[in-house]
Amino acid sequence: MSLIEITDVRKSFGDNEVLKGIDLDVEPGEVIAIIGKSGSGKSTLLRCINGLETISDGSISVGGAQLLDDEAHLKALRLKVGMIFQQFNLFPHLTVGGNVMLSQMVVKKTPKPAAEAMARKMLERVGLDHKFDAYPDELSGGQQQRVAIARALAMQPIALLCDEITSALDPELVAEVLAVVRELAAEGMTLLMVTHEMKFARDVCSRVVFMHQGRVHEIGPPEEVFANPRTPELKQFLGVH
Amino acid sequence: MNYHFEFGWLFEYYPQIIKGIGITIQLIAIGAVAGISLGIVCAWVRALGPLWLKPVVAAYVELIRNTPFLIQLFFIFFGLPSLGLQLSELQAANIAMVVNLGAYSSEIIRAGIQATPKGQFEAGASLAMTPFETFRHVVLIPSLQRIWPALSSQVVIVMLGSAVVSQIAAEDLTFAANFIQSRTFRAFEAYMVSTAVYLLLAVLLRQVLGTVGWLIFPRRAAK
Amino acid sequence: MIEFTIWDVLRNLLLASRWTIVLSLVSFIGGGLVGLVLLFLRISRRKWARAVAKYYIELFQGTPLLMQLFIAFFGLGLFGIDVPAWLAAGLALILWSAAFLGEIWRGCVEAIAKGQWEASASLGMGRLQQMRYVILPQAMRIAVPPTVGFSVQVIKGTALTSIIGFVELSKAGTVVTNATFQPFTVYGLVALIYFALCWPLSKSSQILERKLNVAHRNH
Repeated sequence: MSLIEITDVRKSFGDNEVLKGIDLDVEPGEVIAIIGKSGSGKSTLLRCINGLETISDGSISVGGAQLLDDEAHLKALRLKVGMIFQQFNLFPHLTVGGNVMLSQMVVKKTPKPAAEAMARKMLERVGLDHKFDAYPDELSGGQQQRVAIARALAMQPIALLCDEITSALDPELVAEVLAVVRELAAEGMTLLMVTHEMKFARDVCSRVVFMHQGRVHEIGPPEEVFANPRTPELKQFLGVH
Repeated sequence: MNYHFEFGWLFEYYPQIIKGIGITIQLIAIGAVAGISLGIVCAWVRALGPLWLKPVVAAYVELIRNTPFLIQLFFIFFGLPSLGLQLSELQAANIAMVVNLGAYSSEIIRAGIQATPKGQFEAGASLAMTPFETFRHVVLIPSLQRIWPALSSQVVIVMLGSAVVSQIAAEDLTFAANFIQSRTFRAFEAYMVSTAVYLLLAVLLRQVLGTVGWLIFPRRAAK
Repeated sequence: MIEFTIWDVLRNLLLASRWTIVLSLVSFIGGGLVGLVLLFLRISRRKWARAVAKYYIELFQGTPLLMQLFIAFFGLGLFGIDVPAWLAAGLALILWSAAFLGEIWRGCVEAIAKGQWEASASLGMGRLQQMRYVILPQAMRIAVPPTVGFSVQVIKGTALTSIIGFVELSKAGTVVTNATFQPFTVYGLVALIYFALCWPLSKSSQILERKLNVAHRNH
């Protein structure tokens, strides 16, 4: 059994079918890059895995937790898989430490001292333990995104979904965030990332998924996908002729 | 509860209700047109007008916005005659509505004017328009369009507030309801019916204001 | 005929103002509690709950407060209860305030970025936890200025209770006018007392709003 099993997933917004039957199995420790044009359905797929979108058909399970549309099942699923957003989505009314501690205490009922210890550990992991008492609006975009990663990690997920996590950053801040992700990958974290960083995908990922018009158009190890794109759509996307 | 609802009186008293509705509509029609016009003038004064007029208008707006409509009405109807200004019930009610809506709408319209991009004033000036011409031809309509929903809500609020003019015996819809309940002792039914009519009027008024907005504002104008 | 000095008039009006203040506080607090219930119904995931709150708000915002007072006053009587004016006044004002506060607060909750809901959901929080720990703390900050602003409407709204016979500032104004035959002075003073009650609230609402806007720009 794979860690993440996505079977014939379909998703429509009104009459518009954005996912037209997606099958994808992810093994533990895999790092998957999902690439494709905007509107290809790649972000929607990621959001479905976390239950932020309901699916019209098919099934998704993560570590045995099924995606079902009720609060108990959603919670079980979301405890196994964390998510990082393009816009960081830190809680502006809480300090950095508070951001990382909140869901541990509220969702997992972790006592405060343990939650704080975990928060400090995770912030140290992303190199921001000294910002524990700062508020999000006092941080740069790159720092905010690293806090968001620490916040997700503190829930000890078995997989992490990254939705264009560097797209909202100034160019000079991209590297610090990618460095953190690279480290996570090296430590064996299972990662699914929607990204435009092709070089990063080539260096770090075990497989690359190219999505086109709501389908997995090509899939394979990065050296294959990037060096020998088989379909004209992927060739065009990568700009090779 | 052993109460039998009785609406038979409607047949006898519907002319009073119709007349009351007519007065209420007349009050809000005059109130809206004159009140919004007054509001535009006051908003212009506060945003762009002569310096000496600003505190006068500010005092008027603050005074009206921070006192109950009922007291404004009583002051106009009972208080002003001692200054030699005799008003009929309907005149007093009309004046009170205009004065009240004028103050509220000026605040709303001023917010719309202040949201105008600075470049609009500069563009007007660069085309040799005077500040007033720029206001009149460039700034005003988009400003009104910006705040039209808020202004419409305020007009509805003032229409509903007009129910209290019955207290100076202006013969509006509420006056009719009071009259009927005093004759028939069917207070609950009389007020239920008039409340339903007010609700209907509020819905209709919103539609009318929406249509007015649709007619006077350019369809694809900027925000 | 007894002569009334302006101080006699003012003293009587100020004494009656107590009841304006008490009724305003009761209405505002009671309306806040009911308004909170409305807010939760209005943003519930259940369709019927949203519909109930929506129609409640439309009904109370779409009809005159004076009619609501009349119906509370005469309608409760149908149940064989002898309704004192203060009870009808309090009840009607609470229900009326609740509709407005519920709607104001819904706007504040909806002003919170969608990403906040998504981030907290992705961390496994249930809907109530999201509300309590993430959404409401942020919504409350932006809700303060309009809520304070609405308290002015409540104070002014209490004036209507004089019509069903509750003795507060406006009623006292009428009574004193009938005794002194000086409507200009008396209603002028009544207006000034209302102004003294309302204006500080209006002003603080404006100042709070401005502060909030400045704080937002720095984000």
